[in-house]
Amino acid sequence: MSRTVEFTKRNLRRTPFQALAALMIMFLTFLALQIFVILAAGSQASLRYFENKPQVIAFFKEGTTSQDVSAIENALKQEIRVTNTKFVSKDMALQIYREKNKNDPTLLELVTANILPASLEISTQNPQDLQGIAEILKKEPVVSEVIVPEDVVATLTSVTRIIRVVGGATVGFLMVFATLVIIMIIGFKIRLKRNEIEIMRLLGASPSFIRNPFILEGLFYGIAGATLAWILSYGLLWYFTPFLQGYLGEIKLLPVNPLFMLALLGSSFIVALFVGGLGSFAAVRRYLKI
Amino acid sequence: MIHFDCVSKKFGSTLALDTISLEIKQGEFVFIVGPSGAGKSTLLRILTRELLPTSGKIMVGKVDITKIPDRDIPNLRRKIGVVFQDFKLLDDRTVFEQVALTLEVQGKSDEEIQKSVEHTLKLVEIWDRRNLFPKQLSGGEAQRTAIARAVVGKPDIVLADEPTGDLDPKTAWGVIQLLNEINSWGTTIVMATHNQEIVNTLKRRVVVLKQGKIIKDSKEGKYE
Repeated sequence: MSRTVEFTKRNLRRTPFQALAALMIMFLTFLALQIFVILAAGSQASLRYFENKPQVIAFFKEGTTSQDVSAIENALKQEIRVTNTKFVSKDMALQIYREKNKNDPTLLELVTANILPASLEISTQNPQDLQGIAEILKKEPVVSEVIVPEDVVATLTSVTRIIRVVGGATVGFLMVFATLVIIMIIGFKIRLKRNEIEIMRLLGASPSFIRNPFILEGLFYGIAGATLAWILSYGLLWYFTPFLQGYLGEIKLLPVNPLFMLALLGSSFIVALFVGGLGSFAAVRRYLKI
Repeated sequence: MIHFDCVSKKFGSTLALDTISLEIKQGEFVFIVGPSGAGKSTLLRILTRELLPTSGKIMVGKVDITKIPDRDIPNLRRKIGVVFQDFKLLDDRTVFEQVALTLEVQGKSDEEIQKSVEHTLKLVEIWDRRNLFPKQLSGGEAQRTAIARAVVGKPDIVLADEPTGDLDPKTAWGVIQLLNEINSWGTTIVMATHNQEIVNTLKRRVVVLKQGKIIKDSKEGKYE
């Protein structure tokens, strides 16, 4: 094994430009793969957040009394579809607003409790029930506006689907491309070393002794490309976490779970072994006649 | 040691070897001579299983090498050292590395390689050239490197295909003396050559091939 590693290192050293080209192709493939996986996982988690939080928010008109609110709440509690209701008064709304914008004194100065409407948050068991509850609330004269997150869910669902389809197609294409590049580079190296291979055969080298350094080289490109891509994607994610956290608000996706990133690295390794192994194995089968 | 029994080899319609029968004993030094195209190189290539004969049987030791499976060919080749007219050295390896390659493919340890290569390079008198690349060597030094590579694994047989073909007479004699010395250790040498002077001076067994047939086989022969 140590001899195989030594021969592989020699192969890499003696054709550094081809090695670099193969490494960069693998790096780009895995960077695309990992970014799409992170995006898909993020959009999926956001979708789950909205799906698991089926909520209708009804905003009340100015002058709505607590009796009006209680009457609506009591009526909704009779509904089997409703799991919970929560009244948010003007003062509570101001408190939430202040908490959210505590770092921006300008926004805090402009808003008082009078501007913010009181609201009622109604949770249901199933997201499909939200529309029915919203229709009931819209008929209430004291309700000024009803917000249903159905639109958000629909948008996120389609975004997730697009990421999966576009990401899958792009990554699929890049994987095929990377495999072909590995075949081409390993094939080129086999041709370049045909004298050495012929001499090794005559000296009594076993087929595996000749073949294994080429296979290992393909695997190296895969693993090294995947590792470099993972370091970069983790680095970018870590760097942009503060910005993205502000953008995502209540959706707790960041900081990203290290276990998720380790799983991503592990899966990338499996794909890398497949692409690098398949490419080099195909090249050896095609070009190395022992 | 080596026994050819009615061996023929055809390339398409050309008969390169025609029912050759030949016995070579362990420790013999045999010249295979004959004009170009007589079948000398084909005979040697069949011995290393680079080629399979069209018919006939070849025994090396107790093994019929025409019947051994592909997986056993490396083991056969480890028992046979090969020296070529054009040396077949690798441009990107030093003298030491060229010779070490034989032992590397045999799976020897680094210590063993260091020891054996040093010993062999000293024997062929190129130890001081060990860090040079083929382009920095003279023809004689390159052929000595090739011989060192062929014998470092202590093979039973050394096949030399026109090893002096590219060398001046003085250097050629140096190479022949080296092969003679290797033969004195008990290694069987089979050498294909055109060089009349060497054959006639050394007075060893000479097998003359012509158009794929053995036309003469004499113990202390001459090349006429």
